[in-house]
Amino acid sequence: MSANLINLLMEATWQTLYMVALSTLVGALGGLPIGVFLACSQRGELLSAPIINKVLGIVVNATRSVPFIILVVAIIPFTRLVAGTSIGTTAAIVPLSIAAIPFIARLVENAIREVDSGLIEAARSMGATPFQIIRKVLIPEALPGITLGLTLAVVSLIGYSAMVGAVGGEGLGDLGIRYGYQRFMPDVMAIVVIILIVLVQLVQTIGEWIARRVDKRAPSNRGA
Amino acid sequence: MQNETATGAAITFDKVGKSFPKKGGGSVTVLEDISLSVEPGTITGIIGRSGAGKSTLLRMVNGLEQPTAGQVLVGGRDVGAAKGGDLRAIRREVGMIFQHFNLLSSRTVYDNVALPLEVAGLPARDIKPRVGDLIARVGLQDLANRYPAELSGGQKQRVGIARALASQPKVLLTDEATSALDPETTQTVLELLGDINRDLGLTILLITHEMAVVRDIASHVAVIDGGKIVEDGTTYDIFTAPRHATTQSFLSSVTGVTLPRFIARQMTPDRPEGPAREVIRITFLGDNATDPLLAQMGTDLGVQVNILAGAVEEIGPRPFGNLLISVDVDRALQARSYLEHHDQRTEVLGYVG
Ligand SMILES: Nc1ncnc2c1ncn2[C@@H]1O[C@H](COP(=O)(O)OP(=O)(O)OP(=O)(O)O)[C@@H](O)[C@H]1O
Ligand SMILES: [Mg+2]
Repeated sequence: MSANLINLLMEATWQTLYMVALSTLVGALGGLPIGVFLACSQRGELLSAPIINKVLGIVVNATRSVPFIILVVAIIPFTRLVAGTSIGTTAAIVPLSIAAIPFIARLVENAIREVDSGLIEAARSMGATPFQIIRKVLIPEALPGITLGLTLAVVSLIGYSAMVGAVGGEGLGDLGIRYGYQRFMPDVMAIVVIILIVLVQLVQTIGEWIARRVDKRAPSNRGA
Repeated sequence: MQNETATGAAITFDKVGKSFPKKGGGSVTVLEDISLSVEPGTITGIIGRSGAGKSTLLRMVNGLEQPTAGQVLVGGRDVGAAKGGDLRAIRREVGMIFQHFNLLSSRTVYDNVALPLEVAGLPARDIKPRVGDLIARVGLQDLANRYPAELSGGQKQRVGIARALASQPKVLLTDEATSALDPETTQTVLELLGDINRDLGLTILLITHEMAVVRDIASHVAVIDGGKIVEDGTTYDIFTAPRHATTQSFLSSVTGVTLPRFIARQMTPDRPEGPAREVIRITFLGDNATDPLLAQMGTDLGVQVNILAGAVEEIGPRPFGNLLISVDVDRALQARSYLEHHDQRTEVLGYVG
């Protein structure tokens, strides 16, 4: 394999990591508060706001039901507005983030709903405000679940990032298509696939390790 | 513990009612016309069957539930009417411990106990000594840095108690706090609650299914049945002279004076035809021996007394006893008035042929 190709692979890997890292960050920043709100705002809950909850739930579902490749194309004007261009690696972060936000929001919502309602009751009986309950009880107690959810989100984003080649994004997926498929270089395709597999394994392993570290629910899992 | 002026607050239920909206319209009434005065510094046991409304009653004391009628006053403040910051201020004066402990799994013992103080906005340097004192009070100094998952049930409940005391409350609510514990651990947790009541003078409201728990630490009892208080008073009075059927059935489990099975099977509520014996419960107060009295009655009246079961109990420092006897139906009235005359309480339980 030529040095040129190795360079290309390294660059593409770096681009993929860059897209995934930034869109995960934006997705988490957006998804975390939305997820918390969705988990706490049904009727009679901590932040009871049933109508906003419903509307937000519909928006989240709608966004999640649009196939990613269509989302990418559909929001091109918005991408151009935010990134100044609709082509390239940085521009690809926009649709990736937009896909990540509702995805992470649902995962966070589920993790928070898993928290024993007795803990909320205990916190209420201490005189905690809803905000204190969220910050000191719900998020820390849901952290193992949130960590696993974020791991899942990163893995999915690695997959999505391979699709943005279609609109001029770069990265491993784009390299695989351009060289492996269009230029008939099956070895490049194979290496791209292997790198993706290793990335996903790595993310999964690290995510699970962190989740175990923050999970104090079973004595054997106490991170020493 | 630096608990300078900790004294209990009075709790008053004034014609309190509670109904929940039912799915598909209408409502279910869970509590009705509850009036009860709880004196500061007392331990009041609340007993009743499952679904009677005990938890709902307790949860109105710290505003986890709002009454739909009447008022709940804690230290003179109307809990049901309080909102926002006022309600949270009342809640800081009312500690609560739970059947399933409800400790945060993500926090150590120390941090669990510190939580109410963080919530109250205490600066970290003030939190540290307070938490240290609280953990020492419940005897968990060595476990301060453990996580709840590493503790036994009894230890977890001690953390729950320390946490409930952290904000120096005037009232402590306990909802079946010992139901998940074995009898021995139950005993030590009850002793701890008793000590706290004595040392800090706080008012304790305690829900339990076990009459033995009430006997061991409560000075007062309220019995709830079908959403109403059917009986309340001092533990001694309720134990020695239960009037309501629910109270009586709860008591029979603890006073140890149930009829032997073969007699209970034969017993009928009405007097049968022909020769029969009347089954009588005698409750004797104080420690005056009853055996000599029964022997005396045998001689004086010439009736034959069969002793079926009996036990002597202690409520606080005061003993009382229960004795189940049977006498010939034709002589029963005479025997009962003889006993009443000698200051013994009697109650006809039934007849055996
Ligand atoms: N939020 C609610 N909505 C509707 N009904 C409720 C609600 N909370 C309690 N109830 C009903 O009120 C009644 C009393 O409940 P509560 O929990 O106070 O009983 P309890 O005496 O504590 O019973 P247990 O001994 O089983 O704990 C029950 O019939 C219950 O179904
Ligand atoms: Mg209950």
